[in-house]
Amino acid sequence: MSEHRNDGPGAESRGRHAIRSADRAPAPGSGGPIAIIGQEELQAKSATASPRRNILRDAMPPAIVFILFLLAWAGYRTFVLDRFKRRIVPLPWTVLTRGFTTAGASKKNPSELITGIKITTQVAVTGLVIATIVGVMLAVLMSTRKWVENSVYPYAVALQTIPIIAIAPIINIILGSGLGARIFTCVVISIFPIIINTLFGLKSADAGQHDLFTLHEAGFFTRLFKLQFQAALPSMFEGFRISAGLSVIGAIVGEFFFSQGPRGLGILIDIYKSRGLYNALFAAIILSSMLGLVVFFAVTWLRKIVIGRWYQAAR
Amino acid sequence: MPAALAFDRITKVFPDGTHALADATFAVDEGEFVTVVGPSGCGKSTLLRIASGLTPATGGKLTVTDPNLGYTFQDATLLPWRTVGKNVELLCELHRVPKAERAKRAQDAINLVGLSGFENFYPKALSGGMKMRASLARSLTLKPKVFLFDEPFGAIDEITRERLNEELMRLFLREKFAGLFITHSIYEAVYLSTRVLVMSARPGRIIASFAVPFPYPRSPDLRFEPAFAELTGKVNHALRSAHA
Ligand SMILES: Nc1ncnc2c1ncn2[C@@H]1O[C@H](COP(=O)(O)OP(=O)(O)O)[C@@H](O)[C@H]1O
Ligand SMILES: [Mg+2]
Repeated sequence: MSEHRNDGPGAESRGRHAIRSADRAPAPGSGGPIAIIGQEELQAKSATASPRRNILRDAMPPAIVFILFLLAWAGYRTFVLDRFKRRIVPLPWTVLTRGFTTAGASKKNPSELITGIKITTQVAVTGLVIATIVGVMLAVLMSTRKWVENSVYPYAVALQTIPIIAIAPIINIILGSGLGARIFTCVVISIFPIIINTLFGLKSADAGQHDLFTLHEAGFFTRLFKLQFQAALPSMFEGFRISAGLSVIGAIVGEFFFSQGPRGLGILIDIYKSRGLYNALFAAIILSSMLGLVVFFAVTWLRKIVIGRWYQAAR
Repeated sequence: MPAALAFDRITKVFPDGTHALADATFAVDEGEFVTVVGPSGCGKSTLLRIASGLTPATGGKLTVTDPNLGYTFQDATLLPWRTVGKNVELLCELHRVPKAERAKRAQDAINLVGLSGFENFYPKALSGGMKMRASLARSLTLKPKVFLFDEPFGAIDEITRERLNEELMRLFLREKFAGLFITHSIYEAVYLSTRVLVMSARPGRIIASFAVPFPYPRSPDLRFEPAFAELTGKVNHALRSAHA
């Protein structure tokens, strides 16, 4: 058997250390490594080998789509809409130059919009955090006992299907019409994907891994934290990403129904619409769409920090 | 030599009525390395699951002298979120071995299987053979007296598999555990073991037993000697009759 060479930095020294040809192998019972690592086995790639991403190339396609969208908007407004509607729908660049700067409902912009972003973000993030805590705890309970899963599942689905408008009066009676009611709305709208994805994830550890924990007499919490939660993280983050977008929708819908207290983007949208401040209206709409994107990408980034070292997410 | 592991007329009927084992009787003595070959689905894995306590037998008597069992599965069952080092520490962690001792045992085991330098790699960066080494190292940290192997090299290419066989043999000679090894490969069976057992098709029982006379440590070239070919031939014939 000949000496083996390996490519790649570091591999050679490691290889030399471990290689013993069979006839020079240490006698049984003597110290030292017994193993031989063969060339064909040394495919170990650097754990951090992710291709350098070209930011310009990544940003280009969405930028082009954005420009096309603005052109379509401008074209539609100019050539399709009639005179009256044209007064409502501004040109995209007018939104940019005037929507963010002209008078708002009670303060001059952009300060009113900025406060709006802050308030809506607060509600969305608080709602998302509560949805995460409650959703994950529910999923854990559901994963332990089949009867808990069976009894909770329909209500989890119902949260998803009951229109908020139908329960708004009840929320109003119980939680009033301020921040609390908005946060509650946000939780109701964003919790379902968290429950479902966490539940799926907790069950995704494979049978062999469970056998290993059973063989070594792991208790309930050991199994939960060292096996099931870890295995669940990729699909939990899928849930968080979906819920991130929903939490912003939830916050804005909540503001439509429960408008007492500080004014978030949803309330501003409502006011601008009723007062005919169309440039500012479009500015607020654009900001709320962007807020959803920001929260989504923040969660995606968090996923990379938490599980990026061992999990290669598709996107 | 006293038996480390003894099956006495072990039967297994699964709740769905599948009759997996019928009166399987044999023992693995201390210092022995016994390999079981048999048609797929004949109950080989079930045998090991019963030996380890993962599944209860439905009849017969099982004797295990030391409950400290090593068990490697066909799949390496590494936890993808742990580095090689942390994976190897897992069992000690589950058994609450103090941190310093745990790290030392893990490092020893990693050196023993030739994975030093790969402690900080995640499983996704390892080849199949290296994953299996890590899996073996993980079991070694508890210094098992009896080691169960369920087709550990079944999914590994031929050359790497031969090399892993040679290493496993040296581990066996060094660690002096009693081994019970399942495989599809007659060559692997004869090369590694002191005894080869042949199981019948389901419901499985032992239908033939071959003592392997070659002294340890065995040279890799043993595989090409006439005596080796003769013995593998005999095992092959027994296995064919098991399939019939
Ligand atoms: N939990 C189970 N329930 C029902 N049948 C099973 C179960 N586990 C294994 N079997 C069946 O028992 C037989 C023996 O299985 P196994 O021991 O895995 O065979 P093998 O010899 O291939 O390892 C197979 O037919 C298999 O389908
Ligand atoms: Mg099997």
